[in-house]
Amino acid sequence: MSSVAYKQADYKSDVKPIWCPGCGDYHVLMSFGRAFAQLGLPPEQIAVISGIGCSSRIPAYTNCYGFHGVHGRSLALAAGLKVTRPDLTVVVASGDGDGYSIGGNHFLHACRRNIDMTYVVMDNHIYGMTKGQPSPTTEPEFDTALSPGGTGVAPFHPLVVALASGANFIARCFSGEPNQTADVLAQAIKHPGFSFVEILSPCVTFRPDEKAWKDMVHPAPVTETSDQGKAARRLMTDDGFNIGILYRGNRTPFQPAVGASDVDLSELEKEFEL
Amino acid sequence: MGSNQGIIAMAASPSISIAIIGSGGAGALTTVDSLLETAAAAGWQGLFTRTMGPQIRGGEAAGLLRLAVHPVECLPDRFDLMIGIDWLNAHRFGAEIKAGIQTLVVSDPRGGDLPPMVTQSGARVVEIPMKEMAKAIPDGRPNMIALGIAARLLGFTVEQAFAPIEKRLADKGSAAIEASLAGIKVGFGAAAGIDFGMQLAAPTPSTARRWLLSGNEATALGAIRGGIRFAAAYPITPATEILEWLAPNIAKVGGTLLQAEDELAAINMIIGSSYGGTPALTATSGPGLSLMIEALGLATSAEIPIVVVDVMRGGPSTGIPTKSEQADLNIAVYGMHGDAPHLVLAPQSVGDCVFTTQWATNLAETLQAPAIVLSDQFMGQSRAAIERPADVAFIGARAVATDIAAPYKRHAMTANGVSPMAIPGTRGGQYTADGLTHSERATPTSGAADHLAQLDKRRSKLDHFNFGDHWASVEGSGDLAVITWGSLTGAAREAVGRAAADGIKARMVAPRLLTPIQPERLAAALAGVKRILLVEQTHGGQFNKFLRAHYDLPAPVRVFNRPGPLPITAGEIHNAIAEWR
Amino acid sequence: MSKTAGTPKVANLNDLLAIAYQIEIDAVDRYKLLADQMETHNNPELVKVFRDLARAEGIHGEEIRRMAGDFDVAARASEIAKFEKSESPEEADLGSAHYMMTPWHALQLSLAGEERALAYFTSIVETTKDPRVKKLAAELVEEEAEHVSLVHRLLRRYPKPSENWADDLDPPVSQE
Repeated sequence: MSSVAYKQADYKSDVKPIWCPGCGDYHVLMSFGRAFAQLGLPPEQIAVISGIGCSSRIPAYTNCYGFHGVHGRSLALAAGLKVTRPDLTVVVASGDGDGYSIGGNHFLHACRRNIDMTYVVMDNHIYGMTKGQPSPTTEPEFDTALSPGGTGVAPFHPLVVALASGANFIARCFSGEPNQTADVLAQAIKHPGFSFVEILSPCVTFRPDEKAWKDMVHPAPVTETSDQGKAARRLMTDDGFNIGILYRGNRTPFQPAVGASDVDLSELEKEFEL
Repeated sequence: MGSNQGIIAMAASPSISIAIIGSGGAGALTTVDSLLETAAAAGWQGLFTRTMGPQIRGGEAAGLLRLAVHPVECLPDRFDLMIGIDWLNAHRFGAEIKAGIQTLVVSDPRGGDLPPMVTQSGARVVEIPMKEMAKAIPDGRPNMIALGIAARLLGFTVEQAFAPIEKRLADKGSAAIEASLAGIKVGFGAAAGIDFGMQLAAPTPSTARRWLLSGNEATALGAIRGGIRFAAAYPITPATEILEWLAPNIAKVGGTLLQAEDELAAINMIIGSSYGGTPALTATSGPGLSLMIEALGLATSAEIPIVVVDVMRGGPSTGIPTKSEQADLNIAVYGMHGDAPHLVLAPQSVGDCVFTTQWATNLAETLQAPAIVLSDQFMGQSRAAIERPADVAFIGARAVATDIAAPYKRHAMTANGVSPMAIPGTRGGQYTADGLTHSERATPTSGAADHLAQLDKRRSKLDHFNFGDHWASVEGSGDLAVITWGSLTGAAREAVGRAAADGIKARMVAPRLLTPIQPERLAAALAGVKRILLVEQTHGGQFNKFLRAHYDLPAPVRVFNRPGPLPITAGEIHNAIAEWR
Repeated sequence: MSKTAGTPKVANLNDLLAIAYQIEIDAVDRYKLLADQMETHNNPELVKVFRDLARAEGIHGEEIRRMAGDFDVAARASEIAKFEKSESPEEADLGSAHYMMTPWHALQLSLAGEERALAYFTSIVETTKDPRVKKLAAELVEEEAEHVSLVHRLLRRYPKPSENWADDLDPPVSQE
């Protein structure tokens, strides 16, 4: 805790969310505020970076610095920000379409690069902003206009991918438990390196069936581990509804030295001198 | 000078060109590069460029060098000296490396058949068994024989030719150094009986500091001079050297370079850096620029300054990665969806890469807009011996919000269209940068009034800025104007000079700033012209169409356009001027 | 699992006041949020319902604060008031909100909250050993019971809507 006491409300902007009433992302927004307050972070020291999609609207709803960029590239934008401004707390917000489909490649490399930031994916197993098309985490039999009868394609397992790619902190939360989510987020932010927090966040409009998630989620029947092998074995039996911190690694974050330099530019020119 | 000083009767030439050709690791490029260093150290200016086969190693290669007593910004019409270490697949360069009746060709008799570019030129051929001579030296290499020959014919001493080689081989051990020196001496001796018939005029004595560097290095240095302290990198030919130079050097000045997973990441990384207050750049070529276009629109909308250098190569698609073309003009100017005013600049020579990149960075920062710098393979990968580009201090800088009154308006309407930018960490300045149409406060909106207001703002900040005289090179007078851009400026300048020697008065106009357009300035530059010759290295006449779309050209226009990879020479432009009387 | 989740322990009278206060404040915030949602989604009838509910809970909160006198209930609440399943008992379930919801739905949310609060204070009455805490908790139980019957009375005015209350003939809008 810092000396200044911040409340959840200090992290909320006056911009009214366009999310549907009943959307899990409202809870995530609360969890952000609670986590930041728990850590005592001044709002102007936090940058919330996002791409495109329902979840990616979150930066403007916070009272932090934000960037609502192009589809799928939030992790890259955040990397450029964090390496040049290591003093900032960088949180990246994404969804299952933005993060796992169009942004999939960046996900792999952000895990591998292990820059000290927290990646929050609000996963609702659907594209909401474009009216309900299947995302990489949609069940194969789920029927949509774009996939009549279902995609027939197995969903992506984000936690397995994160682990295999080198993420340094891996957790799953449920939006409907904002205090617990806030607690996990606070730990993710505090943990050095790249932290990945997948938040199951129901879509009431295109996935009303996800209302049942609140009864399906359950505490992961395991304690967190720093052993990648153990974590991998646990993920093999994961039912997708285990909630909690799965993995907390100890890789050193990537952070090049940046800042003021007393090297004169003429030093750089010397190699060209005849 | 060396041995040729004795030949009093020979007229000194202000410029001499040499091509050394070889394949399979013959070392032709190193040989020519070191010849440039030798000449540069002795006071000449020069330009070294290369042309290569598609192989990663062992391909056919030619090093092309032009030395002069004046700045060299283009290749010659014809080469004066051509040394073939071997001629395997050399016919592929036929269209690029022209010989003439004045050309002296030195050929290894066991180097394969002379290519048509030699046999059909009427050039004089002298045979020297370079490979055999090299074999007689332990660890000897035929390119060192070639270097010795070239050194003697150009009038350098063995010591002068050896100095750059000795430096290069410093960590290879004394045996390699000895072998090279022996090779140079043998070649030097073998050339004793050859009458080249040309002599390079003595360099004008000068106290100016002189540099030897490539256009890509110059671009990178310009970026640092302009304040770039973050670079994101995804390798691509022919831009990679910019990033490779920056990697160690940007760190020395407190910045950093991050290798991205792709060009999409690279451009978004620099947007993130700049948003955080650190000026940022990436460098790429056509295929990479295509991938970056969406995010360039984001930077335009969110008013984030960034610099993207496109070292153009032959296109479309993968095209000809190792050869030059100017055909990315359209995508640079028009690539973005929506109305997205931004800066497009083009350096005009290796040395100008320093200035133009520095200027582009300063403009991007001052105007909070993305700047695309259109360099090209020819400039980027040529090495030039030049006078040190002057230090330029620009007064513009990014407007930063400090004492912030609530509510902070990131995109506030201001007289000049530029609104002070809050840098993360600044209390009270919190806002969310957005690619969505936004209000002055940066909050999303789909309202017509906000949309129009912000479009107007972003347009007017560019339109009303005074770009000054740097916008173009405007030279000479006369009722014929040659209008060109980018790396063709050097050839056009030389052509206009040659035309003047023929008594044809012409002027040259080469915009360095392509967008925003400068109609009043171009009108002034073209006042009184009767004929306009447009010169560009594209197939589709992109520059011609660009000018006609945006400017009223006051006289009849002829277009001399040709796609890469063949360079457009000063001689060809000179002819086009002469033919239009 | 979270270390902070769980029913807060009531050690004394002030703790109970703080928790009771926080329960009301949480309910106010939640109703305000729902009212905002309804405003954005153009359901003015529900905006009024949720604002009224927020106002009512606010009055309760103020009453509790008055009862506490000089004791800073808000400060104490921020230290101890963390609830199981992450939700404060009287908070309406955000996940049950719907842009076309009717007053009946809002009252169902409210009823569920009042019943949870009732259950919570009942559990304190049953478990506490502190007579002063027991007395105040019993008063709070009484109050919540009154709220429950009030909501039941209101529900008579707003009968359950038909099955197709959520039918919207317009398709959803594709935004991005």
